[in-house]
Amino acid sequence: MSEQVSYDDVKPGTDLAPASYPATRLSLVKYCGASGDFNVIHWNERIARSVGLPNVIAHGMFTMAQAGRYVTDWAGPAAAVVEFGVRFSSPVVVPDDDIGATIEISGTVEEKLDGNRVVLALTARSGEAKVLTRARAVVRLP
Amino acid sequence: MAVNREYLGRTFPAAAPYEVSRVKIAEFADAIGDLNPLYRDRAAAQAAGYADVIAPPTFAIVISMAGSAPAVADPGLGLNYAMVVHGEQRFEYARPLMAGDVVTAQATISDIRDAGRNVMLSTTTEISTVDGEHVCTAHSTLVERGGAA
Repeated sequence: MSEQVSYDDVKPGTDLAPASYPATRLSLVKYCGASGDFNVIHWNERIARSVGLPNVIAHGMFTMAQAGRYVTDWAGPAAAVVEFGVRFSSPVVVPDDDIGATIEISGTVEEKLDGNRVVLALTARSGEAKVLTRARAVVRLP
Repeated sequence: MAVNREYLGRTFPAAAPYEVSRVKIAEFADAIGDLNPLYRDRAAAQAAGYADVIAPPTFAIVISMAGSAPAVADPGLGLNYAMVVHGEQRFEYARPLMAGDVVTAQATISDIRDAGRNVMLSTTTEISTVDGEHVCTAHSTLVERGGAA
């Protein structure tokens, strides 16, 4: 975890350091169990392909969780997430190998609002694909 | 089979109360690979001003999905779940979910519309404690690929 960020120190337009997060078949199986979302497209390659997907895909919420982790790691323990929204623009395709997929997240301080709130604009890519669009988080900083 | 437009605006009975446990929060945090001590270490959470460990922001989906499951899985709605992918998700938080919270989730189908060959189904789920404290509102859009009427 990073140092605590304070509202007064944040400047709009600042780019945050990017981070990469792995998504393997094991990640997805664990996420199925932890979330209760056992949709077969997240663990069964045969069915995923039969419904027209390139392979097993990560839960959108797994990808969103990585973006959430990026936000909370930046914002620090005394911050609170007030709003968090994404659009899932492309699936994270997770091959059956020992590497899986990588989700790369970056962010920019888009705007400072009243009430110590800060808007972060996020991007998330996996391979060539932009996997999240319209990804925004509003955090309240100390 | 097409999605039944008559379900637009329908509100489903709140799901049975869900008790947020430290074990479940830790399991979820492990599954997303997040090592944040606020999700595991009560002392760290208390140092940050919380009564107990808190849940990662997207943990709310576990509860909102339980609330929207009766809607999404209702055979009368006619959603083909194998063709469903998640389109959009947004949360508004009054505060983080916390170990010890006992909450319910009540879902409303807020939109059903075609987008090209796909059909988009939106739900709004209110998560509140059994004492009536609003904790989170979850807006979800599911996409049934090739499901347009």
